[in-house]
Amino acid sequence: MRFDLDDEQRAIKQAVHDLCEARYDPAAANRRESSGPDEFWSELTRSGWTQLSVPQRWGGQGAGVLELSLVVEELGYALAPATFFGNAAAGLLVAASQRDEHRERWLPGIVSGERRAAFGQVRRDGAGLALDAEGAAIAVLAVDGDAVVVDPLSAGLDVADGIDVTRRMHRVAAMSGEPLHVGQPHAVDCVEILIAAELVGVAQHAMELAVEHAKQRQQFGRPIGAYQAVSHRCADMLVLVESARSAVLSAAWTADHEPDGLPFAASVAKVAAVNAAWHVAASALQVHGGMGFTWEHPIHLFLRRASASSRLLGSADQHLDRVAALTGLGRPDHAQVEAALSSATDGAAAMSRH
Amino acid sequence: MHYGVRPMDLSLSPLELEFRDEIRAWLRDHHPGPAPDGVEESFDFRLAWQRTLHDAGYAGISWPEAYGGRGATLMEQTIFNEEMVRARAPAPANILGLIMGGPVVMAHGTEEQKRRFLAPILSGAEMWCQGFSEPDAGSDLAAVRTRAERVDGGWKVSGQKVWTSYAHRAKWCMLLARTSDDDRYHNLTYFICDMDQPGVAVRPLRQITGETEFNEVFFDGAVVADENVIGGVGNGWQIALATLMFERPGLGASSALQIRMTLTELAELIRSQGLDTDAGIRRRYAQLVVETETIRLNGYRGLAKAVDGVPGPEGSIVKIQWAAINQSLTELAFDVLGHEGLADQPLWTYRLLRARANSIEGGTSEIQRNILAERVLQLPRLR
Repeated sequence: MRFDLDDEQRAIKQAVHDLCEARYDPAAANRRESSGPDEFWSELTRSGWTQLSVPQRWGGQGAGVLELSLVVEELGYALAPATFFGNAAAGLLVAASQRDEHRERWLPGIVSGERRAAFGQVRRDGAGLALDAEGAAIAVLAVDGDAVVVDPLSAGLDVADGIDVTRRMHRVAAMSGEPLHVGQPHAVDCVEILIAAELVGVAQHAMELAVEHAKQRQQFGRPIGAYQAVSHRCADMLVLVESARSAVLSAAWTADHEPDGLPFAASVAKVAAVNAAWHVAASALQVHGGMGFTWEHPIHLFLRRASASSRLLGSADQHLDRVAALTGLGRPDHAQVEAALSSATDGAAAMSRH
Repeated sequence: MHYGVRPMDLSLSPLELEFRDEIRAWLRDHHPGPAPDGVEESFDFRLAWQRTLHDAGYAGISWPEAYGGRGATLMEQTIFNEEMVRARAPAPANILGLIMGGPVVMAHGTEEQKRRFLAPILSGAEMWCQGFSEPDAGSDLAAVRTRAERVDGGWKVSGQKVWTSYAHRAKWCMLLARTSDDDRYHNLTYFICDMDQPGVAVRPLRQITGETEFNEVFFDGAVVADENVIGGVGNGWQIALATLMFERPGLGASSALQIRMTLTELAELIRSQGLDTDAGIRRRYAQLVVETETIRLNGYRGLAKAVDGVPGPEGSIVKIQWAAINQSLTELAFDVLGHEGLADQPLWTYRLLRARANSIEGGTSEIQRNILAERVLQLPRLR
């Protein structure tokens, strides 16, 4: 056993981190105020990152969910738009379709980035919402453990802005979508892991801003980070961030190597990441005091992203229900949970395998 | 150093599996059965168990072979600890000698001291206790007031220690005492004090559980020979800190397993109370499962980060989580018990009360947060 990134994985993470730092202007993170074209997307396509999510036989590099999650974590850290994440999530779902024709039709465009896919989901009221769908060729919308593909996406999409100003939300007519019939149930869990990875990046950056501020900001003649009321807040952030990171890395590794354990691992990752992202962002805002409540300071962007991404796919409560069912509190009347049970070992067995 | 060479792998390697199976097979043949309840009541049982472990070479598994151990890696220690927990094997009696006394003698002792002290620690022939904390020196450990005065051929000790587990059983005490009026990080010396002498008095301290796991120890002119100074006069603070680091390695994964086993009992309790369809209870329970899993994973990730077998300050993350989960878990159990918690629940009652110590013993959760803030996040010190 060796639970740490290897050199290649480290290099991937660093490369994306550096690319974001060099090419992605944090001021552009507020997409509502800088509504120009997303140049960062073409940057990522040019550098070949879009090939990462798709198996080699469909033209991709077929890297693991782990490598993909590292890229998405760094993009979350930079609060980059959802273009890469959406395209990758869509790629995972399309690749899991039971029909070859679906893969032949959509994967090449997703791999090259030439026909980018936006990701979104169908709300309970039937409304389709996709993230940063402007300029995308198609939209893949998750619905009840499956997905529908809307192709082509009509030009002039309806903007439906929500809490997250770091990316646009677009209305998509889900009714016109073609059901994907996702065959492997774990494809949706892999997307959950990407969402969790993004949230880890968001939490990590919010924590770094808080710690930096606590070192610089002086009150009562010393840095506020010297007071335990502040430093212990920061220590608690570290506990949350590192726990979520461990859970996401483990889930991504599990997806790549021990898919039977995926339902448990993915739910643990999602719960831990949702927990970390919101609490760390909110706590980091508190550390910034009044300054953190200004529009000008970036900390609210992290809070907004944390809230919005936590609402993609399964909620933390739904995942807790699944964890309960997988670890000794089964509920036979719950079909979804039973399906999950049949494909997963119980928690104790999952523990003993490691 | 093999940092970054092997790919990430969360499964056990063939060699690690072989090691695990060896431990499992041995445990199947040698498990002594359940120990009597209570730290005191189980003492003789656990002493016999230590001898059994010792005969098989498992008593000081992390100790170098030269000193009677097996030179186990951190990973092997973790596997060993996990298997002991999984089999519900009792803890060996001389636990403080094994995890602190022995390692400090090996790291800082003279050859003479190693020859004298190590073997009886492993066999359980000589029990050890730890004399660090005092009534006025808890989290602020460097504030110890117990003094050691120079006398002919040694030192004369006066003062009081507290929270001293096993003091009434121990032959030797790891004793931190002031030996000069230098600054507080250079005026302490680390002694190995003989507990069998007239100048030492032990008084049991009754805890909220009703047990007497701890003691107060009074030193009134107790004598320590020069040859029982460890690491040189005035170096006690540095050595004490090193000793405290020995307490933590490899405990994340096995303590997570311990909690998971208790959570399985809790799930049984929840079902027996008919609360397994209660959404609130289910989610509180699942939240604990999630957090326990992150302890296990943080523990494994900490092993990979350890440098030269010494885990970093990140170990404090696991300590904070472990304490919090034990407390939440027992609180949930009492909520599940409802009126039945009013009487006849000795096990959950004991666990609920004992868990309150988890955020105090071995460095309070507040001190752990200080460690994370100062040593990992590099925030300024208040002091």
